[in-house]
Amino acid sequence: MSAEAFLQIRNVVKDFDGNRAVDNVSIDIAKGEVFALLGSSGCGKTTLLRMLAGFETPTSGTITLEGRDLAGLPPYARPMNMMFQSYALFPHLTVADNIAFGLKRDGLPAAEIAARVEAMLKLVQLGAYAKRKPHQLSGGQQQRVALARSLAKKPHLLLLDEPLGALDKKLREETQMELANIIEDVGVTCVMVTHDQEEAMTMASRIAVMSQGRFLQVGAPAEIYETPTSRFVADFIGNVNLMDGKLVEDEADHVIVDCGDLRHWVGHGITGTLGMAVTVAVRPEKIRIAAEPPEPEAGVRDAGFNRVQGTVKDMAYFGSFTVYHLQLASGRIVKISQGNTERQSATLTWGDSAWASWSPLSQVVLTQ
Amino acid sequence: MSALRRWLAGRAAVVGIPYVWLAVFFLLPFLVVAKISVSEMETTTFKDIVAWKDGAIAFSLNFGNYLLLVQDSLYFSTFVSSLKYAAVTTLLCLTIGYPFAYFMARARATLQPALLMLVMLPFWTSFLLRVYAWKALLTEHGLVAEAIEALGLDRALAALGLVPGAGQLMNTPFSLVLGMTYTYLPFMILPLYSNLAKMDLRLLEAASDLGATAWTAFWKITVPLSRAGIVAGAMLVFIPCVGEYVIPELLGGPQTQMIGRTLWDEFFSNNDWPMACAVAVTMVLLVIVPVAVFSRYQAEVQERRT
Amino acid sequence: MKRAAFFGTAAFNRAFARGWLLFGFAFLYVPIVALVVYSFNDSPVANVWRGFTFKWYAALVNDRELLAGLALSLKVAFSTACASVVLGTLAAFALTRYRRFFGRTLFAGMVAAPLVMPEVIIGLSLLLMLVSLQRATEAWFGVGFPERGMLTIWLGHLLLGMAYATVVVRARLQTLNPQLEEAAMDLGARPWQVFWLVTLPMISQALLSAFLLTFTLSLDDVVLSAFLSGPGATTMPLVIFSRARLGLNPSVNAVATIIITLVAIGVVAASLVLARNERRRAQDMAAANRGPSP
Repeated sequence: MSAEAFLQIRNVVKDFDGNRAVDNVSIDIAKGEVFALLGSSGCGKTTLLRMLAGFETPTSGTITLEGRDLAGLPPYARPMNMMFQSYALFPHLTVADNIAFGLKRDGLPAAEIAARVEAMLKLVQLGAYAKRKPHQLSGGQQQRVALARSLAKKPHLLLLDEPLGALDKKLREETQMELANIIEDVGVTCVMVTHDQEEAMTMASRIAVMSQGRFLQVGAPAEIYETPTSRFVADFIGNVNLMDGKLVEDEADHVIVDCGDLRHWVGHGITGTLGMAVTVAVRPEKIRIAAEPPEPEAGVRDAGFNRVQGTVKDMAYFGSFTVYHLQLASGRIVKISQGNTERQSATLTWGDSAWASWSPLSQVVLTQ
Repeated sequence: MSALRRWLAGRAAVVGIPYVWLAVFFLLPFLVVAKISVSEMETTTFKDIVAWKDGAIAFSLNFGNYLLLVQDSLYFSTFVSSLKYAAVTTLLCLTIGYPFAYFMARARATLQPALLMLVMLPFWTSFLLRVYAWKALLTEHGLVAEAIEALGLDRALAALGLVPGAGQLMNTPFSLVLGMTYTYLPFMILPLYSNLAKMDLRLLEAASDLGATAWTAFWKITVPLSRAGIVAGAMLVFIPCVGEYVIPELLGGPQTQMIGRTLWDEFFSNNDWPMACAVAVTMVLLVIVPVAVFSRYQAEVQERRT
Repeated sequence: MKRAAFFGTAAFNRAFARGWLLFGFAFLYVPIVALVVYSFNDSPVANVWRGFTFKWYAALVNDRELLAGLALSLKVAFSTACASVVLGTLAAFALTRYRRFFGRTLFAGMVAAPLVMPEVIIGLSLLLMLVSLQRATEAWFGVGFPERGMLTIWLGHLLLGMAYATVVVRARLQTLNPQLEEAAMDLGARPWQVFWLVTLPMISQALLSAFLLTFTLSLDDVVLSAFLSGPGATTMPLVIFSRARLGLNPSVNAVATIIITLVAIGVVAASLVLARNERRRAQDMAAANRGPSP
């Protein structure tokens, strides 16, 4: 890995009227990466993207692309292109003219422009629609034109603003894969902004979870999901059971956390002090539920850990899996997600007594 | 950095050009008028307010015009009657125009563009000619005059004091108000229609679902939501009506003194510029509150939209 | 779908609505129709019908005063419309694109005020300022500027026209997706290119509306023209006004009919074209969404 990262964001701050939208953000993005900024609305991700594009100026900090400081460069002078959430296709121009727009601004010869437009149309499989106007296209087709237009100038950096936000669910699933494939084929470095975790996890190679203008955690999708470093991130991505407790035993190969109504045996050591307050995070799909008490867990000292009995308070059938809310005697609710691996396998129902159990490799201990 | 400076220069031009234009041609004239209104008239010109006399600054401010306006009952009653006629016209426009705009907005969607076009057509036709048309209709033997006389309505109008006597419909308060209502009706209908057409009908469905009668739904939902349209329409009618000149001149009479005519007469007939200016300044003060309301409402609506 | 019904039966409501609309339209159109009908009236007493004739139209051809007024009015109206659209567009941009600048409230107020301010006030104040200016330039440079005439009338109409044009253009700008202009910049267009290639085509219809609106306004104006005109600069409305003041005059009816016919043709044609474009657009969009999957 070269010492100079492709895109360097250093200590960038953006203030709007005393409201800090982006709070001292720094990150290095490598060439060819697909980097996602994930967060709910108002977290600053769109502001950061717009600063990259040149529509906003950082209050302080630097942004460097390929060694070149972007400060003072207006959007039309930057070697990057953006795909907008609303697609922003020019309604008075045809599809071909939309794609050719950026190329014409560069003053390329007509023949080259035509060739490039054709190549782009082929890339997004809209060759037959070159002469149509945007309002004559469906939502999915418009999105592809927007993508083609943003790739036409072979930008060094592609910026995506909620690329799938305007599509309905079915279309979104189909397009996610396609979009990821096209970006990979073209090989362009990509920064995308989204509030949809699925989108971020399927399309990005690295995700930054943002909240209130700050990066909370940066890492590959699996890393973010399986090893969150804070309660917020654990809670933000997917579903999770967060259980507060006290660190009772701390060894190199295991720790014990006492949460009062249940006890965790976690199969790895952490750096901490005995008696400190921690939170144990366990994802619902990693907890098993059954009517009978579970078999002893491998790697766990005895049957006093990683299991608890309760009553099924609620359950929801999702087709491919079922979610159970198991209520313990203490009143705590444990969320459990079980795949329906056999047809008509549902044996538990409301009010049943059941046991939840989990492996010592399923937990993450959080100290913040 | 030069790109930024260029961008700022462009912005300065976009804001600056209309701003300077308005400052010179709209704001400055008001200041000139204010100044002249307190000047003394010297044959065909007027003395400067501030002059250098005998080594000292001498002010020659003449507030006499303003005193006259306040003291002379004729001027005062003219101001009052202008406000009165404008208010009556506004109310009539609202009474006729609101149901009109409402029914237009609730008509079949395919019909609405045609209806809108039919309302716009008189608006695009010269207003002077349409006012003149009423002159023809209300003068003796005119179509409308004959119709009114035939129905005996002219006696009712005379009883109300709107016309001096039966058969004399022209150059009366009646003809004036009729003319002004007629002219300004589209100005009331258009903002109301624009507002009512955009209203979400599902709100009424929700109200009905919750047990409101149609009448209640109308007063508690439709009317409050159309408040912006009502204010816009009312201001677009009331304020210009106060200072109307052409309609009182063509359709009004000795009974209907309007301040617009007074200003005109002071300027063109009496050649008393300071007096005309004093009248103008007073008129501005009269309408400044409604104008401020209108401007503030427009700003609010724009803010909500952007 | 439930319709918001009034009191009484649905049939009564429909009849009431129709009745009111009919009454309203009759009120609006009876004078116009009367004007047209009586322009063919062969009678010395203008509003008593006696017979059909074209003589008033024939007389128009020789009516030098009216024709000169018409020529002047058309010139002033055209130049007013052009300048109003330019200034109005600038003002509309200033108000929509720039959230804050020094004296924005005052600016917004100045732009909106001519819409409602009585014309006598605008006319008087503008005239007096121009007269003061004329006197001052005469004292300083020996030649007074501006002379009262076409230029001063134009200035007055422009003030009013600018206010209307701003409203029209502003309404369109506010519905414009700002991401379109950003996209253009992102693709390499400089600010003036963005305006020319993207913004302008999208507001072109509003510009045309503003042009026609201000043209009509200027053509029709009486009060401002009266205050600001000079010797030899009499607009057509002023000619008509002075005749109307004196009494009923069939030549006015003839002019009126011609104007009404032209306006009617224009408005109807424009409405039909707009309606047809809207229909086609809706069809296109429906077809696109129904069509084969992306």
